[in-house]
Amino acid sequence: MFAYTEKIKKISNRLLKESKVDLIVGFRKGTVPMMNEPCFAKTPEDVDCFVWDSNCGINLANYLANRKEKIGIVSKGCDSRNIVTHIIENKIKRDQIVIIGVPCKGMIDRHKIEAMFDTEIEEVTEADGKINIKGDGVDKTIDKIDVLQQNCTICTHRNPVIYDELAADLIEEQTDVDKYEDVRRIEDMTAQEKWEYFEDLLSTCIRCYACRNACPLCYCPTCFVDESQPQWVGKSQDPTDIRTFHFLRAYHCAGRCTDCGACERACPMGIKVRILTKKLEKDCLELFDWESGLTLEKRPPLDTYRPDDPDDFIK
Amino acid sequence: MGIEPGRLHFSWISSAESVKFVDVVKETVEAVKALGPNNNFIKTKAKVA
Repeated sequence: MFAYTEKIKKISNRLLKESKVDLIVGFRKGTVPMMNEPCFAKTPEDVDCFVWDSNCGINLANYLANRKEKIGIVSKGCDSRNIVTHIIENKIKRDQIVIIGVPCKGMIDRHKIEAMFDTEIEEVTEADGKINIKGDGVDKTIDKIDVLQQNCTICTHRNPVIYDELAADLIEEQTDVDKYEDVRRIEDMTAQEKWEYFEDLLSTCIRCYACRNACPLCYCPTCFVDESQPQWVGKSQDPTDIRTFHFLRAYHCAGRCTDCGACERACPMGIKVRILTKKLEKDCLELFDWESGLTLEKRPPLDTYRPDDPDDFIK
Repeated sequence: MGIEPGRLHFSWISSAESVKFVDVVKETVEAVKALGPNNNFIKTKAKVA
């Protein structure tokens, strides 16, 4: 991880010195453990704060929409797919960005680690696939693989799909993964079971909209939940309103979501919101043979019409 | 998401297809009636403590 950080710093430094970019979006250490935060470097000196470890789960593509400057961006596999989506959706131009690709070995799930201990965690360090956690009376080392974010365990695009610079050699992609086991389990439920499942899933939602704010796809100037004329969805804590928000938000991500996990990571209540976007991701794959953010050449399924588009549900 | 199949119908009907419109509406009404009253997705009035 240290080698990654050094390489990112070196590339960033060079890009800024040569005035190839106006700013670079990367990560710096957060004020609390396991929460690295985005960092905007505008001078070669600013680059010193950059870090790279397994707490860089935030999707930095979120900071690109509608930018006018020339931007360098540190990008893991999922970030790069969201950058592709941004380019396709005209939120940024390809020649405006320099992508510093980082082959990603998975991010750790802070919710999982926090749930393991009763006490506050003060320090989390990592080396050679092990995570060391320190807190009040706690000093424990665990395998990183056991605390990965769920989307990282099933990730098949760990290498950036587009990049201009690379912070490390490309790594081997996972091939033998079952991505949609949990989605299939819900698909097999009866209508009533599904209703109850989602009722339970969303019961703790406080509608803070952290999932929306963390999502690079959610760049609408006014989100449908914030609109009041007309008011599309009630603003209350009523389960119906909460459900409407989550389902509609998921639909807005159909054919665009890269399963980066930023929404789930941001959720303060630990709600597994990805299950909603994953279902749509699965449908896009099965119905349209589409995985989002892999190519600049093809238009996404909801953007195009084909005479043989599946329409069995229309009478 | 827990809405019974049969409660939600999609159709594409031209303004010239009056017969198809009538047929689809009849079918939809029958299918929904067969399912009985909807219990999900109903917003009850906020409880006042």
